[in-house]
Amino acid sequence: MISNPRVIRALQAAASTLVLAILWQIASLFFPHYLFPPLQDVVKRTFDIFVSVPLLIEVMVTAGRIFAGLFGAFLLGALVAIMIGRSPFIESYITPVLVFLQGIPALSWVVIAIIWFHGIEFRIFFIMVLTTLPAFTFQILDAFRSMSKDLFEMTMAFRPRPWTLFRVLILPTIIPGILTAWKVNLGNAARVVVVAELVGATGGVGYQLLRQQQLFDMAGALAWTLQLVLFVLVVQQAIVGLENFLLRYRAVSERAM
Amino acid sequence: MADEQPAILFRDVTKVFRRANGRGDLLAVDRLSFEVAKGEIVAVLGKTGCGKSTMFNLVAGLIEPTTGTVDVIGHDPFREFEFFRGKIGIIFQGDRLMPWRTALDNVLLGLDILDVERSRSEEIARGWLARLGLSGHENDYPHALSGGMRQRVSIARAFAVEPEILLCDEPFSALDEMTARDLRDEFIRLVQQNRKTAVFVTHVINEAMEIGDRVLVFHRPARIALELHRDRSADDAQRRNIHQQILDVLAVESPAT
Repeated sequence: MISNPRVIRALQAAASTLVLAILWQIASLFFPHYLFPPLQDVVKRTFDIFVSVPLLIEVMVTAGRIFAGLFGAFLLGALVAIMIGRSPFIESYITPVLVFLQGIPALSWVVIAIIWFHGIEFRIFFIMVLTTLPAFTFQILDAFRSMSKDLFEMTMAFRPRPWTLFRVLILPTIIPGILTAWKVNLGNAARVVVVAELVGATGGVGYQLLRQQQLFDMAGALAWTLQLVLFVLVVQQAIVGLENFLLRYRAVSERAM
Repeated sequence: MADEQPAILFRDVTKVFRRANGRGDLLAVDRLSFEVAKGEIVAVLGKTGCGKSTMFNLVAGLIEPTTGTVDVIGHDPFREFEFFRGKIGIIFQGDRLMPWRTALDNVLLGLDILDVERSRSEEIARGWLARLGLSGHENDYPHALSGGMRQRVSIARAFAVEPEILLCDEPFSALDEMTARDLRDEFIRLVQQNRKTAVFVTHVINEAMEIGDRVLVFHRPARIALELHRDRSADDAQRRNIHQQILDVLAVESPAT
């Protein structure tokens, strides 16, 4: 009998994925392959991308764009969050703008970026930053504001210099918020980058998806989609691993395990 | 001792807080004047809301007086931020331990802020944990320690920086009587051994009588209603008499609140 909760969770996830795969395979028996290709075709195409350097580079290009956009939005978001956190005056001007930005669909930013800019990479970077900036800013700001007043006063009693205060109190306080922001925005960024590449790029997973659509190649479309899903899963797991390490001090109730 | 400059000097100190939403002002401290000599332990006693904590925060330099002068070892604790680095140690009502730091790292906090060399600071921190009976718990996170142990860590944290002034804000109020009694004894021993000046805020009469060389009884808004010098040779009857005196003063509501 398996008692390790992590193994149980992994088996449960594998079981539901297996059911989905079986249903797909059954569908492939009854529908044309351009609608529901057999799983072995999808797996083969996925593997082909892995072993082909030029194709793998296309995945890396998309991954690089996601990281660049997320880092840009994270740095800018942190800066804006600090400015808002330090000044209610700035907050009253910037917050409405961020709320407004949040309401603009990613596709609108794609159109705007294509009209405004020439360079493909800058266009995509611009779209990525603008679509994930509000979430980063609000999440970092919330984490900053949740800082304990008691701990702040206790730390201030030792009279730390600004950088030391940031290192010993502010950074450990906002780390959980930063990690959550990265996890949430990673999924969003993966979706947005595909839209941006689909419409305005000549390389990357989004561009490859456009090609599969033009060729009516469902197995190829799924194989490229899987690349992105796998990328998100790997990075998510890396963030979770980092989170488990950095937040190892948290008490866990036996009931919660 | 009489010709020496006092360690703490309050001259006609008034503190008014502005209530949120324009609901007027709150007078927390009203023309308060008192002195604490170097090496003296003063217990400040009063009911909840009498302004003890405001007085405490004024000495700690966490807030600024509205009028009057607060002088700690000849300097202004609010304005002279750098001067007081490592000069004031505070033991708060709650332990205020940083949950992401182990017991050892929590004791190291003040030393870290004061830029004490790592090997030296670790030696000091381990020494204080050992003196307070916490050897073997250096690497435990706060959630793994009992309330009494956590408060011991916070005492070690305050003593580790070797402050000239110790401020204690009802540090044992959340503990059971047996643990509180042990820690009180430990505290008195440490203060006397290390020749510290201490202000000990409490609402427990026996605790004030046990700890203070002098007891100041506060009325709301923080003003001294009674001042008693401790007589270490006092017998039980005299102590009961003092206890009754304090009770009588506390029973009278402050006339102008």
